[in-house]
Amino acid sequence: MVSFILKRLLQVIPVFIGTTLFVYYMVFALPGDPIAALFGDRQPPQAVIDTLRTQYHLDEPFWVQYGLFLQNLFTFNLGNDFTGQPIAASLARAFPVTAMLATEALLIQAVFGIAFGVFAGLRRGGWFDSTVLVVSLVVIAVPTFVLGFVLQLVFGVQLGWAKPTVGANADWGSLLLPAIVLGLVSFAYVLRLTRASVSESMNADYVRTATAKGLSRPRVVVAHILRNSLIPVVTYLGANLGGLMGGAIVTEGIFNVPGVGNKLYQAILRTEGPTIVSIVSVLVLIFVVANLLVDLLYAWLDPRIRYDQ
Amino acid sequence: MREKEMTTPEIHIDEARSAGVKPLLEIRDLAITFSTGSGEVQAVRNAHLTIMPGETVAIVGESGSGKSTTALAAIGLLPNNGRVSAGQILLDGEDIAHASEKRMIELRGNTIGMVPQDPMSNLNPVWKIGYQVKETLRANGLPSGPDDIANVLAQAGLPDAHRRAKQYPHEFSGGMRQRALIAIGLSCQPRLLIADEPTSALDVTVQRQILDHLDTMTTELGTAVLLITHDLGLAAERADKVVVMYRGQVVEAGPSLALLQNPQHPYTKRLVESAPSLASRRIQVAKEQGVEASDLLASAAEAAAADNVLQIQDLRKVYKLRQGFGKSSDFAAVDGVSFDVKRGTTTAIVGESGSGKSTVAKMVLQLETPTDGKILFDGVDTSLLKASELFKFRRRVQPIFQDPYGSLDPMYNIYRTIEEPLRVHKIGNAASREKKVRELLDKVALPQSAMQRFPNELSGGQRQRVAIARALALDPDVIICDEAVSALDVLVQAQVLNLLADLQANLGLTYLFITHDLAVVRQIADHVCVMEKGKLVETGSTDDVFESPQQEYTKALLNAIPGAKLMLPPEVA
Amino acid sequence: MTSNYTHFVAPVDETPLLATDTLKADQAPLSLWSDAWRKLRRRPLFILSALLILALTLVALFPGLFSSVAPNDGCELSNSEGGPAAGHPFGFTFQGCDIYSRVVHGTQASLSVGVLSVLCVLIVGVTIGAIAGYYGGWVDAVLARLGDIFFALPLILGALIITQLPAFRENKSVWTVVLVISMLAWPQMARITRGAVIEVRNADFVTAARSLGVSKFGALVRHVLPNALAPIIVLATLELGVFIVAEATLSFLGVGLPQSIMSWGNDIAGAQASIRTNPQIMLYPAAALSITVLSFIMLGDAVRDALDPKSRQR
Repeated sequence: MVSFILKRLLQVIPVFIGTTLFVYYMVFALPGDPIAALFGDRQPPQAVIDTLRTQYHLDEPFWVQYGLFLQNLFTFNLGNDFTGQPIAASLARAFPVTAMLATEALLIQAVFGIAFGVFAGLRRGGWFDSTVLVVSLVVIAVPTFVLGFVLQLVFGVQLGWAKPTVGANADWGSLLLPAIVLGLVSFAYVLRLTRASVSESMNADYVRTATAKGLSRPRVVVAHILRNSLIPVVTYLGANLGGLMGGAIVTEGIFNVPGVGNKLYQAILRTEGPTIVSIVSVLVLIFVVANLLVDLLYAWLDPRIRYDQ
Repeated sequence: MREKEMTTPEIHIDEARSAGVKPLLEIRDLAITFSTGSGEVQAVRNAHLTIMPGETVAIVGESGSGKSTTALAAIGLLPNNGRVSAGQILLDGEDIAHASEKRMIELRGNTIGMVPQDPMSNLNPVWKIGYQVKETLRANGLPSGPDDIANVLAQAGLPDAHRRAKQYPHEFSGGMRQRALIAIGLSCQPRLLIADEPTSALDVTVQRQILDHLDTMTTELGTAVLLITHDLGLAAERADKVVVMYRGQVVEAGPSLALLQNPQHPYTKRLVESAPSLASRRIQVAKEQGVEASDLLASAAEAAAADNVLQIQDLRKVYKLRQGFGKSSDFAAVDGVSFDVKRGTTTAIVGESGSGKSTVAKMVLQLETPTDGKILFDGVDTSLLKASELFKFRRRVQPIFQDPYGSLDPMYNIYRTIEEPLRVHKIGNAASREKKVRELLDKVALPQSAMQRFPNELSGGQRQRVAIARALALDPDVIICDEAVSALDVLVQAQVLNLLADLQANLGLTYLFITHDLAVVRQIADHVCVMEKGKLVETGSTDDVFESPQQEYTKALLNAIPGAKLMLPPEVA
Repeated sequence: MTSNYTHFVAPVDETPLLATDTLKADQAPLSLWSDAWRKLRRRPLFILSALLILALTLVALFPGLFSSVAPNDGCELSNSEGGPAAGHPFGFTFQGCDIYSRVVHGTQASLSVGVLSVLCVLIVGVTIGAIAGYYGGWVDAVLARLGDIFFALPLILGALIITQLPAFRENKSVWTVVLVISMLAWPQMARITRGAVIEVRNADFVTAARSLGVSKFGALVRHVLPNALAPIIVLATLELGVFIVAEATLSFLGVGLPQSIMSWGNDIAGAQASIRTNPQIMLYPAAALSITVLSFIMLGDAVRDALDPKSRQR
């Protein structure tokens, strides 16, 4: 297990360097004046240009620039946005909100997705299975931003069950509706994956053997069918964290959640290049680390992985 | 139904019955029906068998005969689309054919145990072995502390049981996994054990050890065993009574030896004739010409004495095994192997898994490069062949592989499969190639209508015939058969072996036959090379090796052939 | 007949002995593809999605046949957010343009982004995945790391970065969106292809072909890839739907297609302002988008079931 973790950690380093290098190169090293490129048609204040030149060390050679950029990233020295506010500070305020939203969305898709998937998979072809399958198809087909507006309109405006926008004071309750929107599409994928995986492991030889040992049905389902079916589901949940981030941009924008995604959304609307690069780099870092954690969880769930070289 | 008097009375059982002992399991007129996409299919009809307490009964049959289905019905584990549609399954007089799931859970484990077929897929890969034993004990209300678990594993012959209990299935070899499964099956001391091909995936020597151990344990515990097997020799050797199933029906049943010595039903007769483990000599190909096989072989061997088509000299293949973090160690899969193959004869390389026999085959086929040593083909060192010469070499040496489901491209129909070698080597035009394909199908006794079929529409034996036809398309000198008949049912295997022998007689082919099955060697080979852990331990003519093996390892292999000790009258074998 | 002790023999006429291993020749020959096609044809899910996709393709190719009103013609602010009227069944947008016409003309952009992106992803992903899986060793290691780098950039996040480039920002078109999506989505296809190729590459029929004299690359093209196609086709169909959603999301965020190109994503973004007063302005393009995605997801589902090797009969 220790050697697996070390091996995995070693693999993360080139991925992180490659990804940030790509992002940085895209924004700062292509021909033309990066500052001008960052602002497009708009003319930024001279003070901002000077700050940016110092912050990104644009007079240094590319590799030095990139090294300093990484150093800044790891010390959370992310510079200021166009209003002069430090990006790191506003990210620090926004991060807990997004973390809450993402946790809630993750819980919704994992708990309900797995539960519904297991029931559907155990009774494949039954009425529950058929219903759930059709509903999940529809849910997958409706894009997150459409779903966001529809649920906002129905539950927030017309029925008045929830606040249509979240605003400054986000808590678990007010984040529920956005979390449902954010988690719904993945919920459908988790459900379908769990269902497929459950009905496949139901036919596995070791499940038959477990039954032959005299185990009760619930024990067979929990210890052998469910436990083994979780492996592909966890992989999906990990790979889908990136999708969750993309979805958070849209959801936080629609529901006016003061989170990281919203900061990014606003930065995009205002075409604030440096802010976008900083936030995306932080998110990529989180994504890479989260995937590492998922891999460890995966190795814990599936002992074969630890030895598979 | 007709009854026949048994030929060898088994007096002690009759005594038991008269003393009032009731059968443990009695299956009466059992029918099992599967509902499939194309309607109801009856997999088992009128099946019946009786097992007395402590007795071992074997069901023998080929795949699809209904033998496993019958056994699964007895423990209530039929697949979801299957059901008992008629008859009774009486356990101690209680009909459990339609018992509630609750009742079956009570019975499973401590009254009826099971040892499944494939040790690779029957242990849950995510749980430690110890846990999988523990849950069995707990579900059946037995103490399940670490010592109890270790005890169960130790009894099944797993050394160092405390440590082993903390390991995962993938850390176990196949033989050890099967021991763990036997431990689990017997952990609650059931009165009946259903053993479904418990050793068919294992090497013969391991198979023998495990079956011996199973015998000892069930004898000690007084457990009755229902043994499912495709191997008549194994059944006769291990069981008191043999039940032969064919196409879902019991065609013959009786005391093992009586049934083997005096088979009545035509199917059983054919099975006894074809069982390789019971055969005692090489397939005779020249019978109809009135020539004694031994004479023919002798003259062939004489003529070919100076003509070695293949000479293997001091062949070595070393693999680097990675051990993580840049470390690696050398592993010699093949270590200093030398032998010659005479033209027109069959040389068998025999060994268990990991002996390096398949690596030798791959190197002869020029699919792997030897680390050391030489392979001479017609006196020419194959390592010196240029690309164009290698291309010509491939015309003359062709392989046939083990897995009949993997050796044909599922996307190619039979015509394209057999035609591919001709096209690759740009032989003839479309018309002449089609003519050749038709001839080849004739040679392997397949109808020409098979040309437009796809591999998935053929049985395993038919696929193997197609693979033979493809190998023959380029008129090769040498055919390398890598476990070419191992995956086939006994009767089909006999058919394919006969076909190979005929082709050899008619076309003067040379075979290099790679196999783990000594019984097959006896039927087909002129010379034997026995390999163990990469080294050649014994070579010689088949008769010499079988009659007076020189090495302990060879003796162990020969002893492990199931049924080898059964003395059969020559007219049967 | 229940006795244990006698030698039982079933009557031969009840259990006739058949010839060993006969060829069943009662059906027409069935290739993998014709078998899959036969199964597909019977599935209502497939028929429904195929018909929908056919209709969508027609609308995308010939929008003029379905709408006599050009999308930006006769937009009058006096019609702003107007309800359905004669010749304008869906009503009007905020700018007073005909919604029905905009929905019809938006089909082309969505479908072409989806189809072109999938084609690019197939070309790049299958090539890289097949080479990595088939040749293995250091080639595989390098390509796998390269894939990991792009895999670590979530689609929407990565797209936001790439579209900040002046070259993209100033030349927004169907092609820039296709390029962005393909750049970020190929690793998924490469991974699936690699896995499928690894599963096939050691099959005996590949070794048999090699020992017939087929070259290493020839065996990849003639034997390995055709047998690895099933998961690739399934993923491609499903990704069509995913990419159409991605295009709409990017357009919605303002970094996808330019306003000058009619697209559902742009229209949904434009309808945000009037969602509370006139939700139908958003409803129609959103419904069109969802139905399109649904069609491709259903098609992918049906194709997966038909190509599932486990459901294949022998």
